[in-house]
Amino acid sequence: MKMNPMEQFEVKPVVPIHIGHYDLSFTNQSLWMCIVVGLASLVLTLAVLNPRLVPGRLQSVAELGYDFVANMIRSAAGEDGLVFFPFIFTLFIFVLFANVLGLLPGSFTVTSQIAVTFALACLVILTVLVTGFAVHGIGFLKLFVPKAPFVLLLLLVPIEIISFLTRPISLSVRLFANMLAGHTMLKVFAGFVIALGGAGGALAALSVAPMFLIVAITALEMLVAFLQAYVFAILTCIYLNEALHLHEHH
Amino acid sequence: MDVAAAKLIGAGLASIALVGAGIGIGNVFGSYLTGALRNPGAAASQQTNMFLGFALCEATGLFGLVVALIILFAF
Repeated sequence: MKMNPMEQFEVKPVVPIHIGHYDLSFTNQSLWMCIVVGLASLVLTLAVLNPRLVPGRLQSVAELGYDFVANMIRSAAGEDGLVFFPFIFTLFIFVLFANVLGLLPGSFTVTSQIAVTFALACLVILTVLVTGFAVHGIGFLKLFVPKAPFVLLLLLVPIEIISFLTRPISLSVRLFANMLAGHTMLKVFAGFVIALGGAGGALAALSVAPMFLIVAITALEMLVAFLQAYVFAILTCIYLNEALHLHEHH
Repeated sequence: MDVAAAKLIGAGLASIALVGAGIGIGNVFGSYLTGALRNPGAAASQQTNMFLGFALCEATGLFGLVVALIILFAF
């Protein structure tokens, strides 16, 4: 039995749907995206179904999440960044739930597919561009012209433009690579447990050691899941801040 | 040298990029600890920046890992 740590990332159709030449199957990725959205909506709706002034536990969790994201936006993008609160909260909750649900054994991590994370990053960059041009008009292009002597500008402007254009790539690859690396590591250690256990004798007793490592790495992966959702959201806030207030300091 | 062997060597070489990630992350947390031990009152306010710095540093190392995986599985 060949154990391939990359097999967990295969997108397999759950309900095959073929219309003409197009493969529109409902895949395991679609299924897990539905589960993520459904679970997030369920938890957040149940939390505020019967709101009390002194919150119960679930309502408290929802309020903490709300305050957390609101404070993040306020500190990174200022008060007028709060217009984007629904967008950034949705982004944060989606990435967080997708990352965390991927830690369940046997599940599929939605954000470990570059297609998904690249779509999210493109959404963010499009929002930044549209906001920048809507607020500043063509003056948005002043973002790429920092305060510097003219000779330096000849070098700096191309560098600024290139670094802006690589933002969607870095945003998407950061999330994708973190999820991919974490889950691959977990699968590799799981393979060690099986290999040691199958060897029999003294080695079978040793198979507990990779198991402890798997527990430790799962703990690390939970931290990484939350952290990557937070980093995605806060970088979105920072980019929106640059679009809203070009180079001003507040 | 056949392609499969070259792929494995290439993937191994690309993973050396993670050395940079290790040094960078150690630097981030070390600086945070140094600052926190000198000025414990200011430590809590910089935790956000510490986590942000850690994530961005890790990301750069993981870009190298992505190159290794592309070499292994996409060629």
